[in-house]
Amino acid sequence: MSVGATKIPVVVTEVVEVNSLIKRFRFVREDGGEMPGFSGGAHTVVEMDDGGTRRLNAYSLMSDPAERSGYEISVRRDDTGRGGSLFMHRHVKPGMRMLISPPVNLFGLDLRAKKHLLIAGGIGITPFIAQMAQLNALGARFELHYAARDRELGAYMTELSARYGDRVHRYYDVEGQAIDLPALLRGQPLGTHLYVCGPKGMIAWVLGTAGGMGWPKGALHSEEFLAPPVGQPFTAELAVSGITISVGAAQSLLEAIEAAGVEAPYLCRGGACGQCETRVLAAEGELLHHDHWLTDEQKAACGHIMPCVSRFKGARLVIER
Amino acid sequence: MQTQFDTTMRSRPRYGVLEPRPGLAHLIVADGEGGEAVLALFAQAPELLETARVIYMPGANGTDMTAELEAVKPAQFSRVPSYAAGRQRIVKVLGDAHMGLQVYVTGTEGLMGQVQRDAMEAGLPHDAVQTEHRGSLVRRVQCVHCKGITEHVRTDPFQCGHCGLNLFVRDHYSRRLAAFQGVCVDAEDPGEVPPAVERFK
Ligand code: FES
Repeated sequence: MSVGATKIPVVVTEVVEVNSLIKRFRFVREDGGEMPGFSGGAHTVVEMDDGGTRRLNAYSLMSDPAERSGYEISVRRDDTGRGGSLFMHRHVKPGMRMLISPPVNLFGLDLRAKKHLLIAGGIGITPFIAQMAQLNALGARFELHYAARDRELGAYMTELSARYGDRVHRYYDVEGQAIDLPALLRGQPLGTHLYVCGPKGMIAWVLGTAGGMGWPKGALHSEEFLAPPVGQPFTAELAVSGITISVGAAQSLLEAIEAAGVEAPYLCRGGACGQCETRVLAAEGELLHHDHWLTDEQKAACGHIMPCVSRFKGARLVIER
Repeated sequence: MQTQFDTTMRSRPRYGVLEPRPGLAHLIVADGEGGEAVLALFAQAPELLETARVIYMPGANGTDMTAELEAVKPAQFSRVPSYAAGRQRIVKVLGDAHMGLQVYVTGTEGLMGQVQRDAMEAGLPHDAVQTEHRGSLVRRVQCVHCKGITEHVRTDPFQCGHCGLNLFVRDHYSRRLAAFQGVCVDAEDPGEVPPAVERFK
């Protein structure tokens, strides 16, 4: 959450192994109260205390938005990542107390749409599970196209098919199945909105194909959370706070700022929302931009950095924080 | 020529210049001098002609470019006497269309506002309709008293075509109605009506 917002103290009540890579977690409030309301597509930021390192990872809420007794998320284990998902998989057990942020939605449904076309790749299915519950309750028209590597990794496919019948279309890469995107897009009635969540390549393919076929930008929605990349350690001077911090290899610049006790704004922690944008006052070296918020021109101009995912390599970095 | 606007009014929608965009089909609606913008669009991208459906109505001032438009042979061409007369057809085209349809509207403000409204009702986002203002600046005005809409208003004040009140044309545009607002000028002193000035040519 951005500066000042209060975290919600929760208890983990369920940890379910969905398949060999994915675990599902359920959180309820420590005080037994209702969770804040949210709409399909929202995420929460889960705070972890990983052996002294504070990690904050954003996960889409997958539970039914109408159900306020708890939140559910699914986490895919990333063995080569910085450790957030490994922490969730290895250390989070039922009964554990944690802090999570109130929900934020950067991937909401446009309810003026005549029809909602949802396209998911892999773990990108999670926001759609909440969205479909919402759409179904509203009696809105929707269709899900969900691709996964194989049957084992296609989390929730069977449940979703059972719940929504032929509105769910499944594709397995290993069986040579792929979404026939041009045909799918060509047949959509006017007023359809398209939503895509999945790996970077899939998002680019879907948005590019739709744009080329004349779909207006206002009807296209996507969400991709980047995990902050691991990189070389570097130091940064925080001009406003008057301190110099060091950023570890498996730490993001934002995490290092926070670890130094400086409050910094954020929403997605994945380079998508723009909330953490910070001015660069001096950079003797190279800014390693990893976000998809700044335009290419802005990135080249080196005047701004997104500390949640971007890094630095060089002699000296001064930012306005 | 594109129309020049004074830029002081904030609720007035902004219009652009029609540009060809990729699409599976192209719906083009124009009135009066808007016909010129349609010809300019086809000159730029003749391939649009193959899938273009043009719906054209002559202008309030009598400008009728039907012959010129028919001569370039769009896939489908229809001439309708007014938007009211053509609306059902346009709504049907939108209702039957698929995503990938491009919508272009050019001509008077009243026409553009009404097509935009109908396209949004059909579910298209606001950014999906391209507009280009051509020709007359006559306004479509709704009387705030009787709710009647008077088309092609040239002067300010003017007399409401429905209830007959003398209305002052406010620079307030409603997207939902695709109309400006008209408010009675002589409510306090009936009969005290300033002389009408031709403000919208
Ligand atoms: S927090 Fe969203 S872009 Fe950095």
